Amino acid sequence: MSWQFSEKNEKKFQELLKRYPKKDSLTLPCLWMIQYQDGWICEDAMKYLAKKLDMSPMDIYSIASFYSMFHLKPVGKYNIQVCKTLSCQLRGSQSIKKHIENRLGIKAGETTEDMKFTITEVECLGSCGTAPCVCINDDYIQNSTPEMIDEIIGKLK
Amino acid sequence: MIKKIESKNFDIKDSHILEVARKNGRYSSLKKLFSMSSEDVLEAVDKSGLRGKGGGGAQTGGKWKLIPNPSQKPTYLIVNADESEPGTFKDRQILEFDPHLLIEGIICSSYAIKSHHAYIYIRGEYVFWAKRLQAAIDEAYNAKILGENVLGYDYKLDITLHRGAGAYICGEKSALVESLEGKRGHPRLKPQQKEPEWFFGCPSVVNNVETIASVPFIVEDGFEAYRAFGTQKSPGTMLFGMSGHVQKPGIYEMQFGESMSEFINRIGGGVKDGKKLKAIIPGGSSTHVLRADEIEDITLDYESLRAHGSSLGTGGMILMDESVFMPDVVKNLFEFYHHESCGQCTPCREGVGWSDKLMGKILDGHGTKKDLQTLIDLSFILNGKTICVFAPSVAYIIDSYIGKFKDEFYSLVK
Ligand SMILES: Cc1cc2nc3c(=O)[nH]c(=O)nc-3n(C[C@H](O)[C@H](O)[C@H](O)COP(=O)(O)O)c2cc1C
Ligand code: SF4
Ligand code: FES
Repeated sequence: MSWQFSEKNEKKFQELLKRYPKKDSLTLPCLWMIQYQDGWICEDAMKYLAKKLDMSPMDIYSIASFYSMFHLKPVGKYNIQVCKTLSCQLRGSQSIKKHIENRLGIKAGETTEDMKFTITEVECLGSCGTAPCVCINDDYIQNSTPEMIDEIIGKLK
Repeated sequence: MIKKIESKNFDIKDSHILEVARKNGRYSSLKKLFSMSSEDVLEAVDKSGLRGKGGGGAQTGGKWKLIPNPSQKPTYLIVNADESEPGTFKDRQILEFDPHLLIEGIICSSYAIKSHHAYIYIRGEYVFWAKRLQAAIDEAYNAKILGENVLGYDYKLDITLHRGAGAYICGEKSALVESLEGKRGHPRLKPQQKEPEWFFGCPSVVNNVETIASVPFIVEDGFEAYRAFGTQKSPGTMLFGMSGHVQKPGIYEMQFGESMSEFINRIGGGVKDGKKLKAIIPGGSSTHVLRADEIEDITLDYESLRAHGSSLGTGGMILMDESVFMPDVVKNLFEFYHHESCGQCTPCREGVGWSDKLMGKILDGHGTKKDLQTLIDLSFILNGKTICVFAPSVAYIIDSYIGKFKDEFYSLVK
């Protein structure tokens, strides 16, 4: 088993251990570290984590698969998440979604062949007052318009 | 109409930075806090009548009193920053514009329940806000506001920020604790009598961000000052939100008891583009929908909304204008609940999916009257038979939308 934490993540892991009554709490923080390290969470990484936290790989898998933000398969370098819940729908999220689909030539749920973009439909992002909301990787684009999206996508490499 | 207690510093430039925050009154309650005993602080919060602002409106003091005093085991304060209820976007205003208010509230609240470690569980998508809050926590540690001796007093407190990973159900308090223990976010079975939450077997409270942010004012100015706002049963203020078809969407702090229609028209500027209001969801998607003609005498407090057959919830209102077709709204909400059910209870796991499918069929024009009746019957199966109130929320959607906009639903079926 060759997968392991980067040096930086190992250090962070050791610090986090001190902050919780039991190390079980570290599953989510560690899955995040894995995902930021690789862009997704592979089987080897889950086995590695299971060993580190004294759990079974099945436990880790069952936890990782419960949370929608963890990618258990590779995704595009830029994950374009379009909020589809009510407040955004009332303010035009459907047309924003269609615009992005047309521009990238893929449908929601798909990834471009060059692995650059994925479009995902997500539920309420907690940004209903600035709807429609789109989130690219970690960054929110609020009050989004097709023009704003075009400009941002155009700059992504 | 607007009353600013929690949102006092929101418009001040760089108010999230410690130096600016301090200049504008942050941490000024701590001197008084440490001159009081933990019991006195708890008593003050209890007397203030402060109610939980995460949706349920439970008495905060009553909840804190469930913690054994003295406790054999460590106690924990867990702050709910999961904010995922559709229509709700208020906690993030505190995280963005006044994170030190939350930290100050955590110090006051932890002191009251004799806790020395607080956890903040923040939804995974709030990366910007998590960074902002972590920066404020780091500043507070550096200034010795957190750590071994809070501001030189004989009190130790640590705060740890914990990120969720995309699961609405983790906002439910027991699911949140499960998730904080590193597991799947499955709500726990509730005990017969009232109990604290148990974090690794230690007595704990879970409170919403805004609830905790209300505490410093109560400590510093006293419970009477807090009670001077709002109504007898709903004292104080709340960060109310408006989204959807409203002219000026946003978050506005109001005292409880103000007129809902005035709030929408005067503060929110009325319905977008001068259209007519059709319906409003008062406090997040889990609250009963109201028709425009029902809101005339509603005031913004727990009692008034309850009396009108809905609830105040998170105070996040969603407005819908005359162009909105209600079956579309129900489909949208079903998709949300279908996606977010944690899957533990059969009525919820199967029932919500089934409702979603039926609604899809009806909207596609293939539905029959019998399908609609099945949907109405499903409400019975979803209500009161599950571990948490997620499934009943779906039942309320079926009841209130089909009940109030019957014609629109029956127009779709043969
Ligand atoms: C399905 C469900 C989702 C919830 N989501 C949240 C949430 O995102 N944020 C929150 O503060 N409370 C949420 N709650 C309410 C919490 O269970 C809990 O009552 C609240 O955090 C307690 O804090 P308070 O008394 O300060 O309001 C949710 C409840 C349910 C049933
Ligand atoms: S009602 Fe639904 S969300 Fe709540 S515990 Fe049961 S399955 Fe999970
Ligand atoms: S509905 Fe899209 S952010 Fe809330």
